Amino acid sequence: MSKIVRFLIWIAVAAGGALSIAVIALRRGESINAMWLVVAAGCCYSLGYRFYSKFLATKVLVLDPLRATPAERLENGRDFVRTNKWVVFGHHFAAIAGPGPLVGPVLAAQFGYLPGTLWILAGAVFGGCVQDFVILLFSVRRDGKSLTEMAREEIGKVGGFIAYVSILGIIVILLGVAALIVVNALKGSPWGAFTIAMTIPIALLMGLYLRRIRPGKVFETSILGFALVMLAIVGGQSVSQSPTWAHWFTFTAPTLAIVIIIYGFAASALPVWLLLAPRDYLSTFVKLGVISLLAAGIVLVHPQLHMPALTRFIDGTGPVFAGNIFPFAFLTIACGAISGFHSLISSGTTPKLIARETETRLVGYGAMMAESLVAIMAMIAACTMQPGVYFAINSPAGIVGVAPETAVSTISNWGFPVLASDMAALAHSVGEQTLYNRTGGAPAFAVGMAQIFSRSLGGDAVLAIWYHFAIMFEALFILTVLDAGTRVGRFMVQDALGHWWKPLGRTSWYPSILSTSALIVAAWGYFLWQGVKDPLGGINSLWPLFGIANQLLAIVALCVATTILLKMGRSRYAVVTLAPLWALVGVTFTASWHKIFDPNPRIGFLAHARQLASQMATAPKPGDLVRFMLNDRLDAAVAAFLVCLVSLILLESILEWVRVLSGRKAARVKEAQFVATRFAAEEV
Amino acid sequence: MRLRAFFQTLRAVLDEIFDESAYSRFLARRGMTSSATAYAEFLRETEQGRARRPRCC
Repeated sequence: MSKIVRFLIWIAVAAGGALSIAVIALRRGESINAMWLVVAAGCCYSLGYRFYSKFLATKVLVLDPLRATPAERLENGRDFVRTNKWVVFGHHFAAIAGPGPLVGPVLAAQFGYLPGTLWILAGAVFGGCVQDFVILLFSVRRDGKSLTEMAREEIGKVGGFIAYVSILGIIVILLGVAALIVVNALKGSPWGAFTIAMTIPIALLMGLYLRRIRPGKVFETSILGFALVMLAIVGGQSVSQSPTWAHWFTFTAPTLAIVIIIYGFAASALPVWLLLAPRDYLSTFVKLGVISLLAAGIVLVHPQLHMPALTRFIDGTGPVFAGNIFPFAFLTIACGAISGFHSLISSGTTPKLIARETETRLVGYGAMMAESLVAIMAMIAACTMQPGVYFAINSPAGIVGVAPETAVSTISNWGFPVLASDMAALAHSVGEQTLYNRTGGAPAFAVGMAQIFSRSLGGDAVLAIWYHFAIMFEALFILTVLDAGTRVGRFMVQDALGHWWKPLGRTSWYPSILSTSALIVAAWGYFLWQGVKDPLGGINSLWPLFGIANQLLAIVALCVATTILLKMGRSRYAVVTLAPLWALVGVTFTASWHKIFDPNPRIGFLAHARQLASQMATAPKPGDLVRFMLNDRLDAAVAAFLVCLVSLILLESILEWVRVLSGRKAARVKEAQFVATRFAAEEV
Repeated sequence: MRLRAFFQTLRAVLDEIFDESAYSRFLARRGMTSSATAYAEFLRETEQGRARRPRCC
């Protein structure tokens, strides 16, 4: 293709992107088609990948195709394996795609579709993709070292320690929030609870099939498991309609929370691989299938967005969570724009599979773009719903009331008309008793997704099946994150305690396994219990806390990245990591300040505690208020603790930058020695 | 031809995600053929690594 044709194509892409963003940003008072978001995303990602990531690869990082990667130098057929770049891309994407990019945009849709969409696009192109790419490359150049190890070596011991504590903190908060989303999705839903319960015998059956009948045929086994899960979803309808069976599978939120806490402990402490490994595969299979289906469904149906571009809740009075558009929109959507957690994956398994340094661009930058597109799809799913319905599902009883009449009246008064009869009909059509107060984002996403799916396949008759398919997908997915996260947290605690007393570090010593599992489960279980008992639905407090923890981890990753860039002598280009770093510092530190000190009790933890204290004298159950006050103070302390830790790493990094830039310290990076690749001439 | 290459790559991606490639490499490394015993041994070997692999949010 000639240069001029290529030039014209990219001009067309840029013009298409500018036009779609203009339509998204400037249309007011009329609904727009979801395809504008898809086209805007496609153009932004194409331009970002073609130009910005190429600039990073050639000018900033100077990728060297002749340098042997650890997958070549340390190849052992187990951890270090030279792998085709598209295979690594798929593997990396499957590892970074979690419930976050689905739930975050659904919650942020309370501001309208515009703020979240713009943040997802800009945040990914200039922040998240850069972070994932840079950390992946730096890990490749250090034999696949983890973020914590790189922080310790490049910034200092304090940096390593803070990275460790931040990772543990984010895991605990993430698991608490994730479990709360499952609880809110399954409470009072015999159909959903039955389907998820059935995944246990199905996974055991898959485990037996995989071990005894077709050893190693995981994909085939996952297809079999998926077929059985679909049968369970169809069977769930009969269960929900049978008074006897429905009774057995109808759980309150506290009961579900206890069941999930027991499950998390058992998954971490007991040798239940026959259950967990197949469930993990099944969850991945369903996840990849649903993401592909949703993308196809959106393109096929190209639905209208009913949510306005901006809602009245940009002033911070939103019912889903309280807080102004800045910083809370940027905190609520983490995984679709920039997520610190990704730096753990980019410095985990992936760097050990990279065959050529140049492929880190596709894997690191490209896979994050795909993740960002998932977030755009979630935003579309949420915004295709009528706004009144969206707010009825996502608003907690503490804001809109318990009775349907009160809820619809409150929501209609906000300017989002909704009828109790419409909500009853919708609940009936998806096979639920009620859809009010289903906070957490998962049920709203399920309704949006089911509406898109049913319009492309099966019509209204199968809306209930699609809804429960979506709920099953989210719950299965989150439970996998829960058991994997609990085990990872347990290993981290065991590793740390092993320095203090050797037997505690032995991963096969049962007293250590039981005590550290109990410690991790108790930590996230506390947050889960707090969320379940919270009259405001829990998400209002916990999702921002999770966002703060996740973005603070991204700050740690970007501090490491900037330090390495400066030591590489690339200070003139350090803005590529410094810009997202300072943006995140602004977002997280402002959000933390609001969550701790804001005088509005719906936003500030301490203000809420003070409000509760003032109600003590007249409260019918003062014991509850004491517990809520303790929760508020604990949440404030956790947010303050994380911010203090990250301030320390920021300070240590800045001191290191000053030392390096002023020449007081030799700018020496701790990379593995250069070894020329043996595969210079061949394509992998 | 391109379509065939696409499906071959897709299959390779799925093999890697679902650990089928890892199992094949294990068999090649140990000089074993696929069996219930070999698969149980593979699971034992990879258990620690899998358990330490974080899942993203």
